[in-house]
Parts: sequence; C-alpha cells; structure tokens
Amino acid sequence: MNQPVLEISGLSVDYGYHDDAVHALRDVSLSLGRGEVLGLAGESGCGKSTLAYAATRLLPPPGLITGGEVLFHSRTGETLDLLRLPDDELRAARWDEIAIVFQGAMNSLNPVRRVGRQLTDVMAAHRPGVPMSVHKGRARELLGLVGIPADRMPAYPHQLSGGQRQRVMIAMALALDPQVVIMDEPTTALDVVTQRQIVERLIALRAELGFSVVFITHDVSLLIEMADRIAVMYAGRIVEDAPAAEIYAEPRHPYTRGLLGSFPPLRGPRRALSGIPGAPPDLASLPPGCAFAPRCPHAFARCEGERPELSGGRRLSACFLPADGPVAAVQGVAPVE
Amino acid sequence: MAETPPPPDDRVVLSARGLTKHFPVRKGLRRKAVRAVESVDLTLRRGSVVALVGESGSGKSTVARLLAMLHPATAGEVRLRGEPVSARFGRRFRAYCRQVQMIFQDPFASLNPVHTVRYILTRSLRIHHAGLSTPELTARLAGLLEQVHLTPPERYLDKFPHELSGGQRQRVSIARALGAGPSVLLADEPVSMLDVSIRLGVLNLLRELTTELDLAVLYITHDIASARYFADTTVVMYAGEIVESGDSEAVTQDPAHPYTRLLIASAPDPDRPGGDREIPARGEPPSLITPPPGCRFHPRCPQAMERCRTQAPPALPGPGGRAVACWLYDTEAPE
Repeated sequence: MNQPVLEISGLSVDYGYHDDAVHALRDVSLSLGRGEVLGLAGESGCGKSTLAYAATRLLPPPGLITGGEVLFHSRTGETLDLLRLPDDELRAARWDEIAIVFQGAMNSLNPVRRVGRQLTDVMAAHRPGVPMSVHKGRARELLGLVGIPADRMPAYPHQLSGGQRQRVMIAMALALDPQVVIMDEPTTALDVVTQRQIVERLIALRAELGFSVVFITHDVSLLIEMADRIAVMYAGRIVEDAPAAEIYAEPRHPYTRGLLGSFPPLRGPRRALSGIPGAPPDLASLPPGCAFAPRCPHAFARCEGERPELSGGRRLSACFLPADGPVAAVQGVAPVE
Repeated sequence: MAETPPPPDDRVVLSARGLTKHFPVRKGLRRKAVRAVESVDLTLRRGSVVALVGESGSGKSTVARLLAMLHPATAGEVRLRGEPVSARFGRRFRAYCRQVQMIFQDPFASLNPVHTVRYILTRSLRIHHAGLSTPELTARLAGLLEQVHLTPPERYLDKFPHELSGGQRQRVSIARALGAGPSVLLADEPVSMLDVSIRLGVLNLLRELTTELDLAVLYITHDIASARYFADTTVVMYAGEIVESGDSEAVTQDPAHPYTRLLIASAPDPDRPGGDREIPARGEPPSLITPPPGCRFHPRCPQAMERCRTQAPPALPGPGGRAVACWLYDTEAPE
C-alpha cells in the first residue's frame, strides 16, 4: 500500500469567477495507496464531492480548477497527469482506470434500457472490436460479483429495488477492471441493512480484485469500520488525515472529535452529547484564520489570525493545538449519568 | 438521562389501538391495496419520548400521519386522553390539531419561503389562540424563539427561511409547532436532513422541551442509535407491523426479535469487535401489496419455523417486559 495510485497535490477549485468566486476547495493534497480504502468525511458543503469531481475533471460549470495537479500511476508504471490530459485520452482513462459511482447513483440508470444492455454498452464503448457475446458473459459475471442473479440481465431498472440498482451501478463501475473506484455517498439513500450488504460486498471485492476506493460520506462511524485511512474535510480543506483506527481512538483535530461525538454510540454508556455548536461555515465569507475557530471549543488567539497548515508525519492534522496536548475535556463526551 | 419510573397511566395522552391503513392501488382491472400499516398499537405518555424505528417503507411515517389525522385510518382508533378522535375537519379537528402537532423532515420544504419567521409563527399563534392582543402576541413570539434557543429573538423575527441555516430552520418549525400549545409532538425524521454536526443540538432541544413542557413525543427515525440516545421507549416496525417494543436501552442492547437483531447488526458501529460482522439475515423487505402469509419477516428470518409461515405472531411478552411479535417467545409453544 506504499505505492500511490492517485496523487492529488495543491488542488484548488472555485465556483464562479473573479471576485464572486467561492473557494470550494483550497490547496488540497491527498494520496491514495494501491488497494487502499480511503474515506473522505465531512459535512455537506465541505467540498468532498467537489474534490472527487475535480480530480476526474468532471466538474460542471461554474466549477473551475484554479490550481494543482492530479497524477495517476497505472499498473504498468505509466503516469497520467489527469488535469492536463487531452480530452480523448482522458475519456479513455475514465472508467477504464478511474470509475465513479455518483451520489444517488441508483437514479442514474437509464429507465428505458435493460440493465444488462447498460452494462454491455460501457464495455462496447471502451473495448470496441470485442464480440458482444464476450461482453455479455462479463456482464453476467459482474452481476454475480455484486450479488444479483445473472437472470436479472433483462430487467429494467424499475424492476429492481433501490439496493439492487445501487449494486448494478457498482458492477458497472467495476466493468473495466479499474484501479480506482470513487464512490460519492453510494449508500446514503439506502437502508442500513442494504447499506451493510453493499459495503461488505465492496470490501470483499476489493480484496479479490485489488482496486483502490475513495469512499465519500458524511457518516464517519461507517468509515471507521470500513476504511483504511480517513481524510476529514472542513470548509474546502483537509483538516485531518490519518489511519481510521487512530482517528477513532485518538482524533487530533477538534472538528474530527466533534464529528465523532455527533454520532450517538450504539454500545457503551449512554451519555449526553452535544454535537458541534454553531453552524457549518459559509464558504463565501470565511474567517482569516482557522475556518473552524468560531465553532472550536479550544480556539485561542492564534487561531483567529493565522491558518494552521496540514502537518505531521504519518498522521496529518491542521491545528495549532499540541498533538499530544491534554485536550481530554472535549465537549460532547462528558459523562452525565 | 436518568431512568424514569414507569409513569402511571393517567400520563397517557395519545394512544392508538389496532391502527390500520391500506392504500388502494389499481393493477389492471383488479383493485388491490398496499397494506402500509397493520394493526399498530402505540401509547404516548407525557414527558416521555417514543421512537418509531424502521426501514423506509416500513410504515413509520404513515403511522405519524394517521395519528395527526392527515390520513383517514382504514381501521382502528386513536384516543386523545381516553376520548376517541374522529374529527377530520371543522372546529373539532382544529381543537385536535392544537393538541397534536407535527414536525416534518425537511425544514427547507416545510417553511413557506415567501414569509418571514414572524409571519410563520404569528399564523400558528393566531389560528390556535384567537383573540391575542398585540403586546401578548409580541411577547409570545419572543417566548417561542427563546424556547428553541434562537436568541436574541429580534435577530430572527424578520428573517426569511432562506436566510437561516438548516438547524435554525428546523428550530423555527419546532417553534411553530409549539405555538399551538400542543401536548403531543409527532416528529417525522426531524434531524435526518440536517448536517451531522448540528443534529444532536436539535435532538437535545427536543429532549429539553419534552421535560420542560411535559410533552409526549413520537420520534420517527431510521437510525436506531439515535433512538437509543434520545428515546425512552423504542418501537421497531417491519413491513407495516410492530415487531418489538420496549425500553430503548433494552431493545438496543439485547434485541429480542430477529429483525431488530438484523437492524442492530447492520448499523455502523465503530466499537464492534473486529471480525464479528456476521449479518444474521439477507434479502429485502416484502411487497406490501401481497405480504407473505404468517410472520412478514419469515422469508428473511434465520430462525423461521414452520409455524411462522402460516400464523402471524401476536405481541408476546419478551425479556424484560418487552413486547415481541415472534413465535420464539411463545412459552406455550409445542416445540
């Protein structure tokens, strides 16, 4: 897992132009190891979807990439600069090398085409010259992989349940054996039972096929269970980036801690939790210092004027508080009973 | 969140017995019905929160709408303080609404975007308390906003919904419900549309109001962990039927019904011991037009017996005073 497959550095994205621009993503650097499951966590509007779309150049206008670099290292040792690739090469690389499962993906299927046909379409577009029978066989195999009987090939999307449609979308993303699968809130619209089935299937497939996953969600407790590493975003920046178990056991950034404290636990003592005070930031008018400072229980003078950089060795965090400092009295975890 | 002693029965405000709702659908020439809610019994007591937990399509929102008299029930009755409720319009219906108020899921859709907070709250006060003088009204408006922690009130009164954040909007809709002076709040997924970091703030506010105003609250959610956090009693629904009900802590820590077990095992839980990820059941919820005979969960149930396929289990006494609709808890069972 040491060798990165995707390297994002200094990526910045604006929505809008000139003075009206909202800086949705600022100077984001992230690397994804081969075979790694990277969780991208944060509240709505923090830029996590923007990051996924910018990295694959799928941003709709007025989204504009204003700086940075996205490098993709293929299995053969080739390096692609995704932001500077000519359109036709980019089109070939998307889906083939990097596949995306969009938010609300179960509604992205074409309602008037049979799902089998939609699966073979992808393969026919990227692998022209291969006989259709081969594609059909592969489509059958893919449906089997995601736990849908192959005899559902002639079904229309409306004949499948939401969970099945979502699994068809995952099958589609895996159709060309990509090395990176980006999943943008793939299970948010689903029930917990279905979500669990899909996540387990995904983890099993990852072990089997060896692709890397970027899993975007606001549900940190789900990420802690399934991800190898978690990057937490706030107001367009990454504020903490560390192995999942360490984030859970010992979060360093107060925002991460607040986010973890926002999910009532299913086990252990019942205690009063408070979430995070205040409201998520308005990207159009951010404070000059740390964007989280107005909501942070530990903010001090320095936080208001100066912005902390993401730093640290293996465990990155963007906070002026000492990494091993005594910040135990965290809001939201004071036992009450 | 101390354990409250079991409240005496005069604390019961709203109760439902055998509540059933079938929505008619037409398939070809035959008339059929979606059996959305089947014979649901529910009791709401003052000063306590009941959580109704279930997957989407399990009928939990329909139950809330039936209790709010927004849908006519197919069968069963709702009693407010022991009196059967039947009015669906007119003065008696308004009197009922004054007592039973709803909070909806989406605060972006449930507040009229062209009106200010002042207007939205004034409407609620004027409709339900006719003849308020202007100074009384002003005082009440400020009081409502203070109750939901939107202080100072002057800062919020003349705002439009789009000028408020999601959490603030949901607080305004709670204030609007409180404006009627209700004794029952039906909260249909009140936090699931809000940002994660502010959900608990709204839940804590509702908890505070429950105690302060001695309200009976029905909290509808799909998130069983938040039910454990927020509610005194948890009721689990599956495919339109109640499968388990009892003390929240008991239901979540020691689930008795196989479906509750499935729900708990599936919920994200970072504390779960590693490797213990065995999901006890597969499959999907059944069609409610032609629900399976017997127990509606039997096609997915790992412990299904012959009897489950033909006979629907009634609510049986389970461990710790819980009601569990499962034949596993039938003590007179001929094995």
